[in-house]
Amino acid sequence: METIKNYFFADMSVMLGRSMRHVLRSMDTIITVTIMPIAMMLLFVYVLGGAIQSGTDNYVDYLLPGILLIAIANSVGYVSYRLFNDVQRGIFERFNSMPIARSAAIWGHIMTSLVSNLISLTVIIIVALIMGFRSPAGILAWLAVAGILALFTLALAWIAAIAGLSAKSVDGATAIAYPIHFLPLISSAFVPTATMPGPVRAFAENQPVTSIVETIRALLSNQPVGNEIWVALAWCIGIMLVAYIIAMRVYKKQA
Amino acid sequence: MQNSIQVKGLQKSYKQLHVLKGVDFEVEKGSIFALLGSNGTGKTTIVRILSTLLKQDSGNVTVNGFDVLLKPESVRQSISLTGQFAAIDEVLTGRENITMIARLRHLSNPRQVAADLLERIGLTDAADRRASTYSGGMRRRLDIAMSLVGNPPLIFLDEPTTGLDPEARIEFWKIVKELSGNGTTVFLTTQYLEEAEQLADKIAILHEGRIIVSGTFAELKQLFPPTQVEYIEKQPTLEEIFLAIVGKKEK
Repeated sequence: METIKNYFFADMSVMLGRSMRHVLRSMDTIITVTIMPIAMMLLFVYVLGGAIQSGTDNYVDYLLPGILLIAIANSVGYVSYRLFNDVQRGIFERFNSMPIARSAAIWGHIMTSLVSNLISLTVIIIVALIMGFRSPAGILAWLAVAGILALFTLALAWIAAIAGLSAKSVDGATAIAYPIHFLPLISSAFVPTATMPGPVRAFAENQPVTSIVETIRALLSNQPVGNEIWVALAWCIGIMLVAYIIAMRVYKKQA
Repeated sequence: MQNSIQVKGLQKSYKQLHVLKGVDFEVEKGSIFALLGSNGTGKTTIVRILSTLLKQDSGNVTVNGFDVLLKPESVRQSISLTGQFAAIDEVLTGRENITMIARLRHLSNPRQVAADLLERIGLTDAADRRASTYSGGMRRRLDIAMSLVGNPPLIFLDEPTTGLDPEARIEFWKIVKELSGNGTTVFLTTQYLEEAEQLADKIAILHEGRIIVSGTFAELKQLFPPTQVEYIEKQPTLEEIFLAIVGKKEK
């Protein structure tokens, strides 16, 4: 083969720089991925929190992991949206007719999702700290939390990539965001699952978000993570791999 | 003289639709080649195959001496494509758009390249505005500038002036002539016969999946019956009137 591969990282960082500008120049994106989750956190803690029996002294401690996942879930719709626009507006066509690494363009969007979530989650955690969130977790536990959040972001971003690449309209591209938004709501993110009726409870306890939320909560409160962490990792990595393979197949077919 | 493009027996079908049924042509190095045809005849399909975006079903296609199927990366190194719709990033400024392409072409001084090109296409004043604020003509100019990054020896322009106003179109022709003057080979598709007449060294007409005629404009004219001399009053076209009025205003 010809010698193009070694440019992958250089090309990808150009793509990352490009779509980070898209994020930072879009007020809509900043509101959806940062301000909305913060507003939800304020709402749950100061309006609903008093009435919720979470079993912890401080409801914000209980709530934060779920809010972080909601922020990530809110952000992936933009991956579909930006990918769809690139396909439709002919920018991908230009990239594909240039001597650049084939997958750099799509990886650029995925990495943007990772970097922009890193920024918005940091902001959310700072606000939570101001609201009284406290964690006894050490540096290793925080790194583990960061790792799981990164895997969750990648898994959702690759699902969003499939939608963005194969959609026929902008609405179709972003529709993928709705079911993803709902998952954290039907989980133990806001309230313990114990009070939910049978079928809902069964769903809530066996869907990926609950195991991820429980793992992060355990890590942040210095509790043993038990088997939950392996279930969470299996979900994240499994979804990520399947979505990655499908997305790449769709992408290569188009190019 | 070596040819920039060599196409022999090119065929392509989309499912049931047999779009290209054996297309043959060649493009001389440094020339402007215009491919004419109505909408949906397969002009864009040919451009997509030549620029490695699409694989042909059969036939031999060589671009700048490289086979498009065997050496697609080498082809991509030596061409640039300006598609039917301006492929610019509207969120970025004009300068950022060109700098991005220069980085992707791995040039050593992307900022300088951007500054030079902006100057050349007359966008220096608008360089730091977002491309979404540009007019149709400015977008096209930016689009072309992005294709000129790194001076590729062969440039594809797929219906470059569709949707442009007459002034912008003439301005665009000037850029293309300049390019060709510097030795760049230009492959152009268009539905405007006048555009082909103005620009092209060689014209080919694509009809029902085949090139039915090709040659210089003078050669094509000979295919018609001899010129008859008639005396008629020549009315100015609306385009000429428009340009005369607008031109006066600007002076």
